[in-house]
Amino acid sequence: MDTQHNPEHKTHVPEHAEERMVDAVASAEVIPHHEQSHHDVGPQRTLGGDAWYRLRKNKLALVSLVWIAVVAFAALTADLWVPQNFGSPTAIDSVKAMEDALQPPSLEHPMGTDDLGRDIFARVIYGARVSLAVGVLAVGVSALIGLLLGAFSGFYGGFLDAGIMRVADIFLAFPYILFAILLLAIIPPSWKTTIWPVVFTIGFLGWTSIARVFRSSILSVKENDYVDAGRALGASDGRLMLRHITPNAVAPIVVYATMSIGGAILTEAALSFLGLGVQPPTPTWGRMIEEGRSFITTQPLLVIWPGIAILTTVLAFTLLGDGVRDALDVKMKD
Amino acid sequence: MLRFIARRVVQFIPVFLGVTLILFMMTTVLGDPIRLRFGERAINPKVYKELQVRYGFDKPWYEQYVNYLNDLLHGDLGVSIKSGQAVSDIIAQTYPYTMKLAFAAIIIEIIIGVGAGMISAVKQYSFWDVSVTLSTSILVAMPVFWLGLLLQIFFGIMLKNWTNGAFYLPISGAESAQFPPAAHIILPAITLAAVSTAYAARIMRSQLLEVLGQDYIRTAHAKGLSGRQVLWGHGVKNAMIPVVTFIGLDLGAMLAGAILTETVFNWPGIGYTIFRAIQGRDYPVVFGGTVVILIAVMLVNLIVDISYAFLDPRIRYGGEGGE
Repeated sequence: MDTQHNPEHKTHVPEHAEERMVDAVASAEVIPHHEQSHHDVGPQRTLGGDAWYRLRKNKLALVSLVWIAVVAFAALTADLWVPQNFGSPTAIDSVKAMEDALQPPSLEHPMGTDDLGRDIFARVIYGARVSLAVGVLAVGVSALIGLLLGAFSGFYGGFLDAGIMRVADIFLAFPYILFAILLLAIIPPSWKTTIWPVVFTIGFLGWTSIARVFRSSILSVKENDYVDAGRALGASDGRLMLRHITPNAVAPIVVYATMSIGGAILTEAALSFLGLGVQPPTPTWGRMIEEGRSFITTQPLLVIWPGIAILTTVLAFTLLGDGVRDALDVKMKD
Repeated sequence: MLRFIARRVVQFIPVFLGVTLILFMMTTVLGDPIRLRFGERAINPKVYKELQVRYGFDKPWYEQYVNYLNDLLHGDLGVSIKSGQAVSDIIAQTYPYTMKLAFAAIIIEIIIGVGAGMISAVKQYSFWDVSVTLSTSILVAMPVFWLGLLLQIFFGIMLKNWTNGAFYLPISGAESAQFPPAAHIILPAITLAAVSTAYAARIMRSQLLEVLGQDYIRTAHAKGLSGRQVLWGHGVKNAMIPVVTFIGLDLGAMLAGAILTETVFNWPGIGYTIFRAIQGRDYPVVFGGTVVILIAVMLVNLIVDISYAFLDPRIRYGGEGGE
């Protein structure tokens, strides 16, 4: 804990310092009960509640959270307002495609149109569906595999631990994007009309870091007296894991997962750019950039808009991850 | 020292076997090579059987794996479906371009990354520090291929329009009649270096800040050394070790080819070759190129590990508990 609190300052500490100080002694039930200090923290002192309280004070993280919420909301509700106002993101009007193509931004088409006369704004919004879904689901898959293997590795140690960690080494020896390319090159394009092959590929490649982080987190939590106490009371391995160890070891995973979503979105974009991601007609940001490449001399906006969408979304997840890290007070390496 | 190297080499063997086994499973067992070769077309079952026997795909998998390893160690990576050229020849032609690009990018990374990190740390919280922190955050969140395209749009197209064609940079390929070869490498090298430069700057900044807070820095000031002597002789020197490791590993990654950067700039290296092979469903080139890259990466990582032990004496006897 990074607070060095001084008993003399008990009554007149600045708000923020007190919040940290209270945090330092939270579990010991010696919190002085002045009403004022408890107002903004809320009655329940949980890890999540504390973290949320601290996250709200971090402007960058908050802006990022709002941006992610806006993008997600726009993507989820797209069917209700995008085709009606801006036209279909996929359908090509064969009669008007030529005259509608490559138009500059206007009131009708806020980001202009692509080479087939489709509204770019509509395509960017629908592209967000793929990016966000792949980002979140792929990290979910990684977390599931990583938590399971990390838990076994950290809890049981020994031979199992060594085996799992060697497998992780092998995965880490692969250049990430190449591995993904190989996996997706084997899958026939006709399967890639859904997001699942991409989700599982990225998820499958990402488990190693989560397993390592969770393993080392468990190793340090395992040494606590309350775990020994639990064991002495006759708790089973499963109960020790679920009730005593995991809740105390999970904070770094939350941080790591939040940060990984941005990376997963970048990987998805790169795979789509290479033509290995979700196949057309589904719009994806990476593929939009790839298709726009042919027109950079005449209409560079085709490339610029989806790139801005990727950049801002990934940046938001990174900054949110930083915020969550500070809020949960997790020390990360590097 | 010798024991350390020996142990690292021994640790390398299972990783090598594991990686090649996974590759073998993916290319031979999961991705049926005969079917991949025929694409979506239907195959006559009789022809299929004959091909299986001819290429040894009817044998048990472990026998196939041993044959695969044997071919690999003898440099036999198969033949391109499209051109009929040996995959090993294709790699020999394209690899020098990848190396050129990697070294150009590493030079940028060392000069700009380390330099920006130092300025950032020495003038902490200044305008420069804030701009370095801000730009590294943005660079890290930016898709590499998009950065490459932005550079093309700016330096290749807009600059050409503004200067009426008097000054601009080439945006495609590695050679042309208009430009000297050195001009061709500028934009791809910047693109490839961008993300790593951002990381190098961050690592340099945090390391130097940590070192400058140490007691021996205060001691050095106290015994009357000038600020410059303290910074270079005591600060930078000690902060460099993690940066050197990072750059070394990064060189390994870059030597592995930069599929995205090379694709954006049509740079005729190994990454672009693999990308073209993916598009043309030329699987022997995709798989052969990937194997070579993987082995290159593993070897470079091994070398970096060993050279790290030379740089930092504490590593040498660190042994098992190091993690």
